[in-house]
Amino acid sequence: MTKFEPVLTRNTRYPDSEKIATYLAHGGYETARSAVKMQPDAIIEMVKRSGLRGRGGAGFPAGVKWGFMPTDAPQKIVAVNTDEGEPGTFKDREIVERDPHSVIEGVIIAAYAVGANRAYVYIRGEFFLGVKRWIKAIADAYEQGCLGKNIFGSGFDLDMSVHRGAGAYICGEETAMIESLEGKRGSPRLKPPYPAQIGLFGLPTLVHNIETLACIPHIVGRGPEWFAGIGTAESKGPKIFSVSGHVNQPGNYELPLGISLREIIYEYAGGMRGGRALKAVIPGGASTPMLTASQVDVPMAFETLKAAGSELGTGAIVVMDETTCMVEAACRLSKFFAHESCGRCTPCRVGSVRLYEILERIRRGKGQKDDIEFILEIARGIDGNTFCPMGAALVNPARSAIQHFRDEFEYHIANQRCPVSGKPN
Amino acid sequence: MLAEKYPNEVKKILAKYPPERKQSAVMPLLHLAQLEAGFVDRHAVVEIAGICGITETDVAEIIGFYTLYHDAPEGKLRLQVCTDISCALRGADEFLAKVCERLGIQPGGTTPDGLVTVEAVMCLAACDKAPMFQVQGPDGIAYHENMTVDKTMEFIETARKEVK
Ligand SMILES: Cc1cc2nc3c(=O)[nH]c(=O)nc-3n(C[C@H](O)[C@H](O)[C@H](O)COP(=O)(O)O)c2cc1C
Ligand code: FES
Repeated sequence: MTKFEPVLTRNTRYPDSEKIATYLAHGGYETARSAVKMQPDAIIEMVKRSGLRGRGGAGFPAGVKWGFMPTDAPQKIVAVNTDEGEPGTFKDREIVERDPHSVIEGVIIAAYAVGANRAYVYIRGEFFLGVKRWIKAIADAYEQGCLGKNIFGSGFDLDMSVHRGAGAYICGEETAMIESLEGKRGSPRLKPPYPAQIGLFGLPTLVHNIETLACIPHIVGRGPEWFAGIGTAESKGPKIFSVSGHVNQPGNYELPLGISLREIIYEYAGGMRGGRALKAVIPGGASTPMLTASQVDVPMAFETLKAAGSELGTGAIVVMDETTCMVEAACRLSKFFAHESCGRCTPCRVGSVRLYEILERIRRGKGQKDDIEFILEIARGIDGNTFCPMGAALVNPARSAIQHFRDEFEYHIANQRCPVSGKPN
Repeated sequence: MLAEKYPNEVKKILAKYPPERKQSAVMPLLHLAQLEAGFVDRHAVVEIAGICGITETDVAEIIGFYTLYHDAPEGKLRLQVCTDISCALRGADEFLAKVCERLGIQPGGTTPDGLVTVEAVMCLAACDKAPMFQVQGPDGIAYHENMTVDKTMEFIETARKEVK
């Protein structure tokens, strides 16, 4: 087993981990206190050297994004993305409920480095406990002089508040989140301009996933070389992997990027439930292509998963054993996207529903001869032709399931029942 | 009226956004309006539109877009079972069916006494703790994880005594 000292989840093991007293007792806010006396450029340089890439799904280099924030704009914003809704993913919820202060510290450092004086934390509406804890955490941080005017006597001001979402996956897409913060429906905006140019209230806005921001105090505190010493060539640092499905011990596991999928499943998540055989794995949340059991040695890193035909995404690992019907799995995943399409553009609005309907009829034993080709054709019509990246995401479950398990789809259509259960599902 | 009932909360909400960006307050105001009754009524829509400087249609559009807002009363408690991929792999469909059977309702239905509406919902970021559901009620939202049908029925029975 890889020996690894937890970094991002270290605090969550303390009792009352969400309280400021606990955080301060373990050296909390000391890094921010020194950071606000540094040259902002030097901090951006550290984040660049660390190799940190976004943990929200897209994996964009964080330091490069900080460098895009204009230096001459009088007002700028930092927006924290905690809309976590990608099926299989539950890492941000752990941070939001159990370690708000690490993130607040990360936001202080980021805001100071890019010259922002306002921060919003967009929290998924269902995370009611998280919202309550954040309201308290922010109030306590103000009281301790960590937020507000003249933070740590540095002359730097930062205000922060929570914006609670209300149930809409698409609001995790950064420009849809900005629309939602402005009191509108969560419809993505056309990019460019990127949020770093024109974001919330028309101001340059640095948007980050909450796990990305939780890395910042460690990068600045322990040094970028320490961070870059963990991981692979293109994927640096610790990562929280959410493991769910047919394993003995589902849960969040914080491990170095580059660890093999096999080690996570068999060493950390307790192996396969009931000792059954592994059939397929979704490595990075619902929108990433499935892998098969033969690919289980793949290192969990951006570049290696890409080479394997999938993506690291949010690092949410959904494990499926031999009793899983792949038509059923693809159908369930497609239903999610059909439900969550914001409706703005036609390929996504109509295509997502058509995909789901065809998968549903195959699942029920009512599939038609050309349905597999029909699915692939619809997928081609969606991928690359939608307003936001959701289109590219929503075709992945069906397309990858057909790629790896085409015979199962064919069997369903030819025999009007499932080869796994022996019945229509 | 929100402004009369919760003057401090309304003031705090408005203070979070720039004065010329009052529209941003529409979501927190809707959360506030919905808390007690479980849905947003007509009067609240008119009032929130007034506070935010937008039309009533704009407010109604927000209620329609976001799944946590409701414009009509249902059960006092909305018991929302996740049946998304990870939970489905660990028996969420059977769990939902059995809970509904014990209550004598269909998914989406409400018990005859108006106490609980049971619905299937998408991933709630508790994928390692299936079967699970959230309960949307007068005190906000609470997660119930690693549930069994019996534990769920017990929860409903306790709520039946308390909520009435
Ligand atoms: C449909 C869709 C949903 C998304 N949902 C989330 C989400 O829930 N949380 C998140 O941090 N990023 C999400 N993203 C990615 C964001 O658009 C953005 O890339 C990210 O917040 C940037 O932060 P990072 O650089 O720290 O990853 C989503 C993207 C798309 C296209
Ligand atoms: S799949 Fe059920 S909570 Fe995520």
